[in-house]
Amino acid sequence: MKRWIDANAWTLGLAVLLAALLLATKIIQPGFGASGLDSLARAALPFALATVGMAIVVIAGGIDLSIAAMMAVASVTGAVLMDGATDAQSVVIVLGVLIVGLAMGAINGVLIVVSKVPDIVVTLAMLFVWQGVALLILNAPGGAAAAWLRALSAGGVPGLVWLPRAVVFLAMVTMLIWLPIRRSKLGLRLYAIGSDPLAAFRSGVPVGQTRIIAYALCGLFAALGGLAVTMSTGIGEPIPGPYLLASVAAVVLGGVVLGGGRGGIVGPILAVFILRTVRMDLTLLSVDPNVAAIIEGTIMVAVVMFGAVLATRGRTK
Amino acid sequence: MTMTDTPTALNRLGRLMVDRPLLPLIGLLILLVAVLAVLNPGVLSMFWASNTLKIAIPLAMLAACQTLTMLTGGIDLSVGTVATIAAYLTATLSPLIGVPPAFAIALASAVLIGLVNGFGIAICRVHPLIMTLGTALIATGCLLVYQRYVIATGVLIPDFLLWLGTGRSFGLPNSLVLFIPFAALIIWAQRRSGFGRLLYAIGANEATARLSGVRVWQVHLTLYTLSSVIAGITGLLYLGQIKTASLSLALPLDLPSVAAAVIGGTSIFGGRGGYGGTIVGALILTVLTSMLTLMQIPEGGRRILFGLIILAVTALFIRLTERS
Amino acid sequence: MPDAAEAVPDAVLDATGVAKRFGAVQALRDASLRVGPGQVVALMGANGAGKSTFVKILTGVLKPDAGHVKIRGRDSAVANPAGARKWGLVPVYQEPSLIPDLSVADNLRLGDTGVEPFRHWVSELGLPDLSPEAMIRSLPLASLRIVDLARALAIEPDVLLLDELTAALPTDLVDRVLKVVRAQADAGRSVIYISHRLTEIAAICDRATVLRDGQTVGDVKIEPGIEERIVEMMLGGAVTAAVAEARAVTPEAAGTPRLRVRSLKTGTRLTDVSFDLHAGEVLGVVALEGQGQDELFDVLAGNRKASAGTVEVDGNPRSFSHPADAIAAGLTLVPGDRAHALLMSRSVRENIAVPLLADVRNWGAIRMGEEATRVAQAIETLQIDTRAQGEVRRLSGGNQQKVTIARWIAKGVQTLLLFDPTRGIDIRTKRQIYGLVRDLANQGAAVLFYTSELAEIRLACDRAVVIFNGRVVDIIDARDADEATLMRAAYGLTEKAPA
Repeated sequence: MKRWIDANAWTLGLAVLLAALLLATKIIQPGFGASGLDSLARAALPFALATVGMAIVVIAGGIDLSIAAMMAVASVTGAVLMDGATDAQSVVIVLGVLIVGLAMGAINGVLIVVSKVPDIVVTLAMLFVWQGVALLILNAPGGAAAAWLRALSAGGVPGLVWLPRAVVFLAMVTMLIWLPIRRSKLGLRLYAIGSDPLAAFRSGVPVGQTRIIAYALCGLFAALGGLAVTMSTGIGEPIPGPYLLASVAAVVLGGVVLGGGRGGIVGPILAVFILRTVRMDLTLLSVDPNVAAIIEGTIMVAVVMFGAVLATRGRTK
Repeated sequence: MTMTDTPTALNRLGRLMVDRPLLPLIGLLILLVAVLAVLNPGVLSMFWASNTLKIAIPLAMLAACQTLTMLTGGIDLSVGTVATIAAYLTATLSPLIGVPPAFAIALASAVLIGLVNGFGIAICRVHPLIMTLGTALIATGCLLVYQRYVIATGVLIPDFLLWLGTGRSFGLPNSLVLFIPFAALIIWAQRRSGFGRLLYAIGANEATARLSGVRVWQVHLTLYTLSSVIAGITGLLYLGQIKTASLSLALPLDLPSVAAAVIGGTSIFGGRGGYGGTIVGALILTVLTSMLTLMQIPEGGRRILFGLIILAVTALFIRLTERS
Repeated sequence: MPDAAEAVPDAVLDATGVAKRFGAVQALRDASLRVGPGQVVALMGANGAGKSTFVKILTGVLKPDAGHVKIRGRDSAVANPAGARKWGLVPVYQEPSLIPDLSVADNLRLGDTGVEPFRHWVSELGLPDLSPEAMIRSLPLASLRIVDLARALAIEPDVLLLDELTAALPTDLVDRVLKVVRAQADAGRSVIYISHRLTEIAAICDRATVLRDGQTVGDVKIEPGIEERIVEMMLGGAVTAAVAEARAVTPEAAGTPRLRVRSLKTGTRLTDVSFDLHAGEVLGVVALEGQGQDELFDVLAGNRKASAGTVEVDGNPRSFSHPADAIAAGLTLVPGDRAHALLMSRSVRENIAVPLLADVRNWGAIRMGEEATRVAQAIETLQIDTRAQGEVRRLSGGNQQKVTIARWIAKGVQTLLLFDPTRGIDIRTKRQIYGLVRDLANQGAAVLFYTSELAEIRLACDRAVVIFNGRVVDIIDARDADEATLMRAAYGLTEKAPA
């Protein structure tokens, strides 16, 4: 038990911080309740999914700058195809969008492994490419989302009004995809190539293949994130949102070390909710939303700077 | 493993690109112009040339920021934001406090953003891409707040900037008055000043630079501040050219500025390239853009193309340098 | 070739005629190795003999240009470490190949290794209390070597390849390890054993295969007194005839030393090094690979901090937090790896001029005339062939090395730290470098000269400090420093406390 607490001290600390922030929210706004939680969770959902995707590549020792652009592609693809589609069709469409996400991520990964160009350059170039693709599919926000899809993240769970559906959705998706991987050998391999690629190679890990899988998973979560955008707005968004910086910041704050090998998924998700709650509290304190954006940006940059200092220290030790 | 082992066409091209990057680039530029002339006979004229130059100059100036930062293996994605902020501040403050103080405030905010970038990159060792993206986000937020709270009076674009941005003399754009000395200074400094040489040294091998006694953080801090100042000045020029103060004035130039430097032969890994190539790169991009517009390729297609060009050129450089 | 190997008809592993070339360097020309069942075979060779390249070929990390490796009579189709394992060959590398951020149990799972056999071997090797839940990162280096070995044993390989396994181990664990390795062979398995420690080889090996200049030059049966013979084979027949020339100074008479190092320690490898270096002196450093010499040079050059000990320059205590500090104190480093020492994509001139521009005060306009003169003088002094000066990468290895030295000549030399400056370059350039080093010393510079080529000590140095296991084990006058003496000292065979 003590060992478990030691190993997860950072995550536990984040959970306590989040609880404290929610408590503070309740004090600021005594009326804060189920609907407040619901809108918080719904706003956090795309960020959380992007963060899970980013966390996976960072754990595997990479980074994916094109994540927000891939979300935009997924969002517009889904919205354009669902416009006027039946419920049955839309289920197929959603699955198709997820496959598109996997494919986009895999393309990023293959390009990195085959071209030997560093991940940061490849994904920067692909950021532009996916942005272009999204614009080609849909020039301005538009399209539609199936009603059942929108219902997935709106409101509370029947009988448990305090529990937002968006949280349930996030938990289910993450557990369904990440948990089996984490428990399997693939999970070990992802951590292994991030921790020490040479030792991983010597231990018989297929390094290139594992790296491609990491990027494909990131693409899958980006697609989920893009769908989440469509879920909450009901339309497709061709212009990428601020998900890149936000996901990197949440990953770092969540205890995943830039450079790879260390950290988990729960920490970054908690970090997303912490950042969103701060944003919400600023709004509740009637801080101008633009000022709130500045504060949020400053927090994120500070977190990334702090993380970089830690990463440099770790390397020289 | 020597380069003479297999003198393939690719190898020879590679050597040419490394030794004399300007020749194939100028060739490509001429080729593009020729294609344009075929696609649209009669388009070529003195006016067209002058107009292309006028459009290329702000791009080439922002690409100077990318060239200098890329020489060290970095990048500066906040230049579009900095240029926009400098332009917006000048346009909105000039009617309130006069033109020279407005200039001073605009450039001071550019310096401030540059210092923040430099601090994060030089001291905290954040990757330049993430850091400059982050400051751009914060700075944009600040601009929005400024826009909501401060602006009450109208917009004034100083006459001097209008003359510089849109005027012509002897058939050539006046912006050359700014650009020619600017380009000459950069090209001189990259080879013949200690600072310029250190940019190459850090990009070619940071460990060597360090072992030679270079305190790398000092160079980074100065470099990103300088980059921001150049972006700020470009913003002023661009304001005179576009003649409106918008909140997203120079943002569309971010991506092409990276592409211009990469096409111009500056390696995104550092240590190789120079501003001469970048200027030709900016001209190529400008001609290419007008060609794409002529062919009615939408914005999305343009972005895809730019992304693929960056990727292809970088991958090509890696293959070439691996061989030798 | 004296062949004990012919007595191995049914070899489990049989490598013959293996050759490998890297650019201009022929790392291996004709290496062979035969290992029979129930044998422990030592693979020996001095620094640069091609041992590590050979190991990489055996384990499938590199492909040979010529020759073949047969395992159990079949051509091995080993393409990577995982493949080598399928063929029954399991290596334990010098650097533990364990994932730092995973637990011991997860590392086992990653490599499909059984937990029970692993436990058995870990306790056999003297670590019965090791928890499988322990993070690799949290374990000391010695435990990691044991974990790595136990993991390899648990796979029950036909051939076990052990590369410098005992280097980081305390004595009691060494004894355990040796016993287990011997027991492996006695049970009919085969072991390739690489070590710098001749006593261990005498204790457990059946045969020794000796590499020199990329070639297998001998295969001998281990019997009492064989150590001297192995040392001879590693050196080669040619005994260097060149006699050291007259020295400019006798160090004892020189007063305050330029550089005084006392009890220097950093990391795990450099534990306790002390010596004096006088102006006008060339002090050699002799050490086998990884005995702490890299760390010593890094600390002196300001590239790494010492954890204990003192450095005095001209009698003043100094501590460096950046190479610029060391350079200000006159300590300038020529690193061993030229890839780390050169701006490969830049010109000769730019390479040489970097230190002149480093300080903020020199960031402005370069006085091109003055720079050109200084660079030209340095090029002249070193006789650098500058026909291909556009990019340093196109120069020959020797000329590249000269450029790294020229950098400090142009800046002005006080104390020059040379780390293996002649590795992989031609004999003519080597001689030029010896001459240059002597000239610099005669002009009043102090030179610290690490070399992996023992013959160079007599050719270039006045004295030599010998480092073994992170400590100075001997200081030898260059006149007495024939290769055999140095080799014995470097292998810790003649260890005596330095005065």
